[in-house]
Amino acid sequence: MAKPKVQGHQIKRSWCKGCGICVAFCPKEVLELDQEQKATPERASQCVGCRTCERMCPDLAIAIELEQDDDATN
Amino acid sequence: MAIDKYMRERFFPHIWCPGCGHGTILNNMLRAVDELQLNQNEMVMVSGIGCSSRISGYVDFHSLHTLHGRALAFATGIKMSQPNLSVICPMGDGDALAIGGNHFIHACRRNMDITAIVMNNRIYGMTGGQYSPLSGSGITATTAPQKTIDREFDITSLSLASGATFVARTTAYHYREITKYIKEALQHPGFSVVEILSQCPTHFGRRNKLGDAPEMLKLYKQNTTRIGSEAKQNNPELIERGIFRQEIAPEYCAEYAELINRVQQG
Repeated sequence: MAKPKVQGHQIKRSWCKGCGICVAFCPKEVLELDQEQKATPERASQCVGCRTCERMCPDLAIAIELEQDDDATN
Repeated sequence: MAIDKYMRERFFPHIWCPGCGHGTILNNMLRAVDELQLNQNEMVMVSGIGCSSRISGYVDFHSLHTLHGRALAFATGIKMSQPNLSVICPMGDGDALAIGGNHFIHACRRNMDITAIVMNNRIYGMTGGQYSPLSGSGITATTAPQKTIDREFDITSLSLASGATFVARTTAYHYREITKYIKEALQHPGFSVVEILSQCPTHFGRRNKLGDAPEMLKLYKQNTTRIGSEAKQNNPELIERGIFRQEIAPEYCAEYAELINRVQQG
């Protein structure tokens, strides 16, 4: 299977509470907390689309959009 | 997200503290429901009282937010009258095993087809961080400023001894296992217990100097291992994760239907 192409990070800023879990567990160090303590994809181009942030986010605030996103649950 | 349709988005952001493991459990539980393609109109979520029990407000299923510790009693009534519905009971550790301990034991014993999810953060978070039966010994809490002297308590051992036919344990760090075990539990035709260790950085973590949410999650990675692993033999202190029991036994509602049938033919 080809590597999924990441289209973008959909982050609901009003839901994010800035706990830093996504920042700590992203294997590619894509995410950072900005000045308002909200998660932001600082290095979006490094994202490999593993969805660790999406699955671990306790605020359900992150969604990774993949191209040909036919199986959004894995 | 694929799970959006199962959420009552109007109630978000949720009330849980930053970094609370309960949110991760909600996140991955909804993925289990989505992967099984369950009909949300045939699902009921019944919860009691506590941080964990607020979960029933965030899911777009039929939902009941009931009495402290009594979620399983209400769930039993629902399942008895409408056995076709899929019933999930998310509970906190205190809710399930202190206040509702007796309900929990007998729900396990009856083997009614209900999925109990025990979100174990080892503290009463909502009321300000009092220690719970699951805190174990040597824990600092508002009601134990000089540390607890209580002995450890094990949810899976209690569930196994009480007769639950599906028993599993994982943590908020192992999110894939949350989805996997809840999927298994929802499909299991009998009483299922899924214990999920969940971090409470606000009360448990802070008072016990365990660091913030990411630090607490790393501890779950370090302090747990798969059932029967070599690591467990080398270090008996490790907490085991996995499915402890998965067996088929007579289900209560089916037995009850059979009883009615037998008596009517009498």
